[in-house]
Parts: sequence; C-alpha cells; structure tokens
Amino acid sequence: MHSRNWEHFEHDADIGLRATAASRERLFEAMAEALTALITDPGTVRPIESVPIQCEAPDDALLLTDWLNALVYEMATRRMLFGDWRVSIENHALDAIAKGEPVDRARHRPVVEVKGATYTALSVSQDSKGTWHGQCIVDV
Amino acid sequence: MDLNRLEQDSEIRWRIPARTPMNVPGILYGDREQILQMDDKVYEQLRNVTMLPGLAGPVYAMPDAHWGYGFPIGGVAAFDADTGGVVSAGGVGFDISCGVRMLHTGMQSAAIEKVGPALADCLYADIPVGVGSEGSISLDDASMHAMLEGGARWAVEQGYGTADDLDRTEERGCIAGADPGAVSERAKKRQRREMGTLGSGNHYLEVQRVAEIFDPAIAAVYGLAIDDLVISIHCGSRGLGHQIGTDYLREMLLAAGEFGITLPDRELACAPIHSELGQRYMGAMRAGMNCALANRQIITHLTRGVFLAFFPQAQLSMLYDVSHNICKVETHVVDGVARKLHVHRKGATRAFGPGNADLDESLRDAGQPVLIGGSMGTGSYVLAGTSESEQRALSSACHGAGRAMSRRKARKEYGGRQVVDELARRGIVVRSPSLRGIAEEAPLAYKDVNRVVDNAALAGLARKVARLQPVICIKG
Repeated sequence: MHSRNWEHFEHDADIGLRATAASRERLFEAMAEALTALITDPGTVRPIESVPIQCEAPDDALLLTDWLNALVYEMATRRMLFGDWRVSIENHALDAIAKGEPVDRARHRPVVEVKGATYTALSVSQDSKGTWHGQCIVDV
Repeated sequence: MDLNRLEQDSEIRWRIPARTPMNVPGILYGDREQILQMDDKVYEQLRNVTMLPGLAGPVYAMPDAHWGYGFPIGGVAAFDADTGGVVSAGGVGFDISCGVRMLHTGMQSAAIEKVGPALADCLYADIPVGVGSEGSISLDDASMHAMLEGGARWAVEQGYGTADDLDRTEERGCIAGADPGAVSERAKKRQRREMGTLGSGNHYLEVQRVAEIFDPAIAAVYGLAIDDLVISIHCGSRGLGHQIGTDYLREMLLAAGEFGITLPDRELACAPIHSELGQRYMGAMRAGMNCALANRQIITHLTRGVFLAFFPQAQLSMLYDVSHNICKVETHVVDGVARKLHVHRKGATRAFGPGNADLDESLRDAGQPVLIGGSMGTGSYVLAGTSESEQRALSSACHGAGRAMSRRKARKEYGGRQVVDELARRGIVVRSPSLRGIAEEAPLAYKDVNRVVDNAALAGLARKVARLQPVICIKG
C-alpha cells in the first residue's frame, strides 16, 4: 500500500493521525501506516513476518483505538515494526494480518516509541459520498 | 486562550467560574502572556475535568499547562471517595509515575571537561535508550510480582543501589497498596525486558551543572552549590504503565454508564473510588508506580557503574525522586476541613512544604525538592515545596517547560543534526539513536522554562532553589 492517504496533525504534547479511504478496512490500514510513520519510514519496513491480530469493540471509534493499541502492543513485545496490513471487518470485529520485521536500529532509525492510542479527538465516520474518515491522537 | 472567558483573581491567577454543568471552578496559573498563548483546548479540557463527580475544591492548571488528552498536561484535581469521587485512568495517563530523579556526583563541572564526549558515549552504551532497546534484566513471573509490590526497595534488594537511596525517594521507594494481580498479563509481558530502560520521546538522562543558586539556605540542605555536577533521570513505568493505562481507560470508558457517570470527554474515563473497578485500578496504578521507581533505581545503578569507571572517587548520592503523573491519597485542608483525597497530578509535581511528615527528616525543614525538567538546551530547575502551595494548588507545582510547538512542526523547523551541532557549540554533548527524535525535541519546541518557573514561584506554588544547565544529554 503506502498510498499516503493519511497525515499527521498537530497536537501540543503528542501527535494526531488522520486518514481517509474508500472503505472502513482501507481506513484502518491507512491509520496503521500513519502509526508506523511516526516511528520510521513505512517504506523501509520489509514484510517478512506475519502477525495475526483480532479485536472487537462496541463501535467503530473504539475498534480503531483497539486496533492501534494492538499494533502498539505487538510492536513493543515482539520488538517489531510493521509495514503492510490486511484488515477485514465484520460489524465491529476486526481480523487482520500485520506484516513487518524486527526493529533494525541502524536501518529504521526509529524516532519514538508510541505509548498508546487515546480517545481524545477520536472519530470514525463515513461521509455522504461514501468516503471513510478517521482520526486519533496517540501518546508518544 | 480567550481571556474574556476567564475572571482574573490576580496578576498570576485566573479563574473559570463554576457554571452548570461545572461542579467546581477551574483555576489557571500563569501571567497574561502565558495564558494568552495556551491553546483553547486547555480551557476546554480543564473545564471538562470540573464536570466530574466528587471533586474537592477547584481543578488547577499549572503555568506549563498544554493540550493533553482528557486532562490538560499540567492539570491537578482531587476527589473525595465519600462524596462520590472518582479515580480516572485518563487523569493519570499512559506514563504512570513518570518522574524525575536527581543524583549528586560529588564533583564540579571542571572534572568532566576533558572526558565529556567519552563519558557521554559510555552512558549511551550502558543505559538502554530509544525504540527497540532492551534491558539486561529479564523478569520471570515471581520476580515481576516482587518488583510490582516492592518498587525501588525490590531493586535495592536485588543489588541495584543502597538503602540510603530509598530515604530520598517518594514513598521511600515503594508505594503501599500495589496489586500485581490487577495488572494484565499483556502489561507484564510488555515490561518483561524493559527494566532499566529510559524509553524515548521527552525522556532523558542528563549530566547537569548547577548554574545559579536562588536560595542558598535550601540549596545547602539539598547539597547543591554553584558549579556542582548533578544527574537527572526522566522516565516512567515503561511498557507496563502504558498497557495499564490502555487496559483501564477502555474498561472505565465502557463501565461509565453503569456508574451513571456522564463523561464530557471519553479520555476522562473514570470509576468511583469506592467501586471494585476503581479499587482495582488503584492497585494496578500503584504497581505501575513501583515499576517506575524500580526502573529509575536500576538506571541509577547503571549510571553509577559508568561514573565509577571514569571517576573512582565519585559518590552518586540521591537528591530526590518525585513523580509527575500519578494519583495519590493525601490529606489536604479544603474549606477549612482536613479531608483524605485522591489527588490526580498529570504533568504536575507534588510540592510538599516544610514540616510535611511524609518527607525524610533531612528534608523536613526545607520542604520537598521539586524537580523540573526543561529542554535539552535551556536547562532545568530545582524548586522547593512551600506551605502556601497546599491552599493554592493542593501542594502542586509545574513539571517542565511544556511544549510550545507540536512534534510535526518542530520536525519541519529544525534538523536533528543542526540541533546537535548548535548544542555542541554551547558545550552540550547529545547522544541519541534518532536525529529526527532530536529535531522533535529541539529546545525551541518548548516554552521558556525560566518563565514557567518564575510564575510558579510568583504564584507561591514552589520556591526557586537552583537552575541547572545540561552538559551531557542522553536522549531516547
């Protein structure tokens, strides 16, 4: 992917992730890419290991934080970075494969560790044209 | 921030009057310029906090307040369990018990003039820092449990430091009431290889020179003299605290309806102190505090190892260790009545005044050291708690400079190499795994720490004791 349908937006202490996509699944993938881009250039992460991730939440917004927090957890405990994601969502249950590789400090030059995704300025919505929009502030 | 929405109590104190649905007023400390420069989100977030149940007295914003998540960073709020008060995972945040520890070196700055870069290299090599770094300690289930219950006391028992260190650590290195059983397996797994690691972002280890003394009497009690070298360690509870925050924010958010709590912002997720969930969070959060205290104790030990290799005579004794992201049970006089309260400080430092029984005897006459981290270039401060701070902000003061510029903007404005070179010209040696990280932490991305501290002192929140200049900075 690396379609760059995401951006980072300003927040005093931390940083916001924002994305748009044609579907909810692609939106969640774009947000994952925006998350990796806080740490390193997603294009430098080779998709050589696959990690399955499942989560379920009462609504789309909470599902987004659960998804980002699951990625934060897998990155922290596996000492990995992710550069490719395949997400499917049924109702509010997410089933995904995140692909990446162990952190290589010389090549990835990781910038910052993400502590967690917050509920501040959190939203997932679909506009009248059918485009999905999402945003979330993460604590770094 | 729009000043028209505030009432001005004094040159340095501003008020958001308590109007429905607020339960109490909001009080902001800072001069006109500082308040004007604060984001409107600080107003909004402070006002949101005033709507929570069971508050005891006003909610406060310190002079370094800035837009956070849920609480503003620099926010202080106290809740009374007996009047429906809550404990908020969002009011503590992800980095439970993030704080600053300061060590004396027993040396003056001339001692490291010739070895600065080599000393920086060794500190950088021996203290795990940045994304993907690992500590040399791996905790099994039993030692994880013991660490979460014992904090810095556990670390000292394992050989990382001495019993004297504990006398100068908040809670004497171990907060009671920690419940390792309330900490998820995911949180423990995240911590397993992170003991003794500094982390990234604004966390650092600095060797600093005492550049200015404001209060010679208190400085003497703290053991600070002009040109002394000290070490500051700024970090928190690492992956364990981050995961406790993640777990309990979600659980409290989903349970708020059951408790009849209307959240003005989902990030203010909270539970009644008297509820099972509230108590479970307190147990987990205190385990997180013990983890942070143990972590800073282990980093102290690693730092001592490096210094002793360079200076066999160096004695790295503790000045103090205090957290600035935590909820503590403290007794405060509110409206003339002494009440046991759950005081949330998010990006605010406890600042007990002289005579407080919780302080070690050696500090009781002077008041608690309040350790303020600045930016890589501007410097840090040691303040002392004052008696009047209790009435003014529940014995709380600022915690740092506070960001003036977002990370994204800082990255666009400054190059990491440019920042390193500029600091080197000023005699500050920086070591970090990430130049982009350094750009995001550029000194000018922060507010003027001098002004923040001046206004904290003017407001009576704490007294200025000493200003410190960085000499070596190990940055995550």
